[in-house]
Amino acid sequence: MAFNIESIRADFPILQRQVNGKPLVYLDNAATSQKPQLVIDAIVDYYSNYNANIHRGVHSLSQEATDRYEEARQKIRQHFNIAKAHEVIFTSGTTHGINLVANGFATILGQGDEVIVSALEHHSNIVPWQMLCEKTGAELKVIPMTQEGTLDMAAYSALLSGNTKLVFVNHISNALGTINPIEDIIFKAHQVGAAVLIDGAQACSHIKPDLQALNVDFYVTSAHKMCGPTGVGILYGKEEWLNKLPPYQGGGEMIAEVSFEKTTYADLPHKFEAGTPNICGGIAFGTAIDYLNQIGFHAIEKHEHELLEYATKELLKIEGLKIYGTGTEKTSVISFNLEGIHPYDVGTILDKMGIAVRTGHHCAQPIMTFFNIPGTVRASLAFYNTKEEVDALVAGVRKAQQMLR
Amino acid sequence: MKDIQSIQEELIDEFSLFDDWMERYEHMISLGKNLPLIDPSLKTDDKLIKGCQSKVWLHSELKDGKVVFTADSDAIITKGIVAILVRVFSNQKPEDIVEADTKFIDEIGLKEHLSPTRANGLVSMLKQMKLYAVAYQAQLKQ
Ligand SMILES: Cc1ncc(COP(=O)(O)O)c(C=O)c1O
Repeated sequence: MAFNIESIRADFPILQRQVNGKPLVYLDNAATSQKPQLVIDAIVDYYSNYNANIHRGVHSLSQEATDRYEEARQKIRQHFNIAKAHEVIFTSGTTHGINLVANGFATILGQGDEVIVSALEHHSNIVPWQMLCEKTGAELKVIPMTQEGTLDMAAYSALLSGNTKLVFVNHISNALGTINPIEDIIFKAHQVGAAVLIDGAQACSHIKPDLQALNVDFYVTSAHKMCGPTGVGILYGKEEWLNKLPPYQGGGEMIAEVSFEKTTYADLPHKFEAGTPNICGGIAFGTAIDYLNQIGFHAIEKHEHELLEYATKELLKIEGLKIYGTGTEKTSVISFNLEGIHPYDVGTILDKMGIAVRTGHHCAQPIMTFFNIPGTVRASLAFYNTKEEVDALVAGVRKAQQMLR
Repeated sequence: MKDIQSIQEELIDEFSLFDDWMERYEHMISLGKNLPLIDPSLKTDDKLIKGCQSKVWLHSELKDGKVVFTADSDAIITKGIVAILVRVFSNQKPEDIVEADTKFIDEIGLKEHLSPTRANGLVSMLKQMKLYAVAYQAQLKQ
């Protein structure tokens, strides 16, 4: 299918609206993506036509809902090239997936063990591990970053040792857009016998990871960054790891047998899926994946790369504008500041012009501390953004600079 | 010294001259720039109102039965609103500050900045101004 930006934009009802009297220019895709009509229809269809609780009813409606939910799991398995469907655990999102794994490792780690995080992480991929270290006495080590906003891989190699049990790094940094060399990170961790969790929250709207080829132990992501609904995501885990970890939450659905003396747990994936899940969300996540594949990740990457190059070039023409995150491997995220101007002020003026960007620390305070700034303005572009929108951003930033200087 | 009510009306008049957001913001920015600088020795962490994105420092003193506020922010638009709040509430009697409402903020078209969900610290600043006033009120009664 040819990449036709006009018809793609027509798939997203929200892109037609106005904000503050101006056409919406939505450049906050790293926070959450917009939803195509297909996904909205899938949600309406579920509640209109086959809403029922799953995996428990004998009645037909329940069977239908269960089938559709499990079909979605299969779609996700296929999309990420996961070997077995039960290695796909539905979660409420990336944060849930990370907490699930961190909780499981509490029974595995102890004094003398080390875990490694990177300096480029979202708070979601820092705090659960700090809690884990407090609980177990394991030590948290940090892969430092460079001035370009990339990971110092030599320092990473030096941190690894026989004591390293787990490494957790994001695939793409939400604050800077840096694509981390996760193949290398995973390979080196495995050489010392450590497991690896990759936080793919920012990656999966831009690229299609092949999880078997990556040979990663855990991979987590959120549907809402991939044109799907909020409140649903997945944890991929290698079967042997998922069998090793204890359940996270107790409840219905996750048990085999319950008595007051002893409860036995259900098999994968149900062991980690306590309670009624986000059934509709899971199904609509499947629809979102179909939609993205229909456009095609090659086409998405190509368009986004063009936008990134164009936006970078045009923004850098503005005097006093500095971009944070200047590595060669990066996705369509531009984090910047205007000299002497607070990012909050720039974001406020842009908002008045209908341009939605994120300002602040982007839930990644250590990165802001590293650059010694209160935050940045972040424009994050998606495949449905256009060059004209980049032009609007550039004009908006110039106007903001003129007003705020 | 004018009372709170008349300063508020003055501000409403002042802002009614502008017919688009840009002029309103430009005015607010210039108010921010003209806010007398707070004594740097007062910009300490205990005077800091954390607003997640922009920081606000607020200092208060009681002088001749009136509360004097000085304040600052690291973001200029926030500072503009800080300047407006200082203009309205500084040099007023504690009981007047406690009782005053802030509807004028809506009327001058800056309501969104005082939304509790806006991470700029202004709602907390307003609350803190009132708390100081309550404390001084109690002190004066003793
Ligand atoms: C890199 C990264 N990790 C984790 C998260 C958390 O995702 P969620 O809020 O969907 O759980 C985000 C979301 O912004 C993110 O960008």
